[in-house]
Amino acid sequence: MTEEVKLFGTWASIFSRRIEVALKLKGVQFEYIEENLSNKSPALLKYNPVHKKIPVLVHNGKPVAESLVILEYIDETWKHNPILPTDPYEKAMARFWAKYIDDKLWPAVTKVLVSKGEEQKGVIEEIQEQLKTLESELKEKKFFGGESLGFVDIAANIIVFLLVAQEALGMEILTEEKFPVLHGWYQRLVDDAVFKECMPPREQHLSSVKVWFGSSTPSK
Amino acid sequence: MGDEIILLDFWPSMFGMRVRLALAEKGLKYEYKEEDLRNKSPLLLEMNPVHKQIPVLIHNGKPICESLIIVQYIDEVWHDKSPLLPSDPYQRAQARFWADYVDKKLYGLGRKVWSTKGEEQETAKKEFIECLKLLEGELGEKPYFGGEKIGFVDVALVTFSCWFYAYESCGNFSIEAECPKLIAWTKRCKEKESVSSSLEDPHKVHGFVMGMRKRFGIE
Repeated sequence: MTEEVKLFGTWASIFSRRIEVALKLKGVQFEYIEENLSNKSPALLKYNPVHKKIPVLVHNGKPVAESLVILEYIDETWKHNPILPTDPYEKAMARFWAKYIDDKLWPAVTKVLVSKGEEQKGVIEEIQEQLKTLESELKEKKFFGGESLGFVDIAANIIVFLLVAQEALGMEILTEEKFPVLHGWYQRLVDDAVFKECMPPREQHLSSVKVWFGSSTPSK
Repeated sequence: MGDEIILLDFWPSMFGMRVRLALAEKGLKYEYKEEDLRNKSPLLLEMNPVHKQIPVLIHNGKPICESLIIVQYIDEVWHDKSPLLPSDPYQRAQARFWADYVDKKLYGLGRKVWSTKGEEQETAKKEFIECLKLLEGELGEKPYFGGEKIGFVDVALVTFSCWFYAYESCGNFSIEAECPKLIAWTKRCKEKESVSSSLEDPHKVHGFVMGMRKRFGIE
């Protein structure tokens, strides 16, 4: 039976980029549909009526929404090149860190872009604490997933956005001096053939962030 | 091999109750440790240094945190008895989606219902009922979200039901009037020993919430 796999996403969304990475790691052929979030397609609204958001994966006509849920679905459906560990404890740890990234790091990163002055300084400190916490989990490992990139590395692609944002707005949050371990991991991440291919085009990403968030006062 | 299972918990927590329910479904013996959240134990701080929150499951000395992650862990380790997640990947994704929906929406809205007044409370009440109606629609004609037996979404949601009386009392509304099928589902769940033994008495929860309102100075 021929598989029909569609991914609804947007070029700048790190969430839909996560799904691209996972599908490409598994060698799954898919059709990508770029959504315009200010004019959502009838298809998107039909496939994700609850949240009306991207990414949505549609596999043989059946939709799956929420990026971490989609990643687990992909891992369970196409079993080669696993992105989650098989051991239940290791799997629980991977889920914990992916959730940490989504529940803590993501809201802080979006907040830092729209806050100013003292409030922004406070959020920057918060993000740096979170980055320290992630470093303590990474330790000596090549990737969060061990020898090859896995679930947590894919979830941590938020750091791609953070680095673009800090450059676009002239902030210094994640630097090599402050976070040597994370910096090393990041170099390995963006060097990975599949991950590299799925990153938003840098210049375009930088300009968009400047346009969307450029009115915030940068702080050093 | 003897398994050593410890649960760090706080009695009114609907998140802690999810773990109690999953352990009961699997027929597992464990040691329950009540935490005083205003004076967290060294064990809690050691086992959950990142969030310092309950519930924490400690299995043979190794901690697992975050209630839905713990429930999935329990389901995967003790997979022979009463499976909570279906085996089909698409159905598993749907179960995870809805459990995630409960987490994203219900706690925050419920909290606003008991801890705010006036327009903020009215807005929270409306949204809260909308969420419950959506969940009711997802349940449909099935006896449980898991189908013929209770599953992951049932575990994620039913523990909120012992907070309903507190929400209704603070918000002056009736959940049963708005979502009769959902209330029927909670009653059906509570017929199971594992559920009734894991949920707290709604009146006791109500007393706890009244105490919290007093502490926060809400009239």
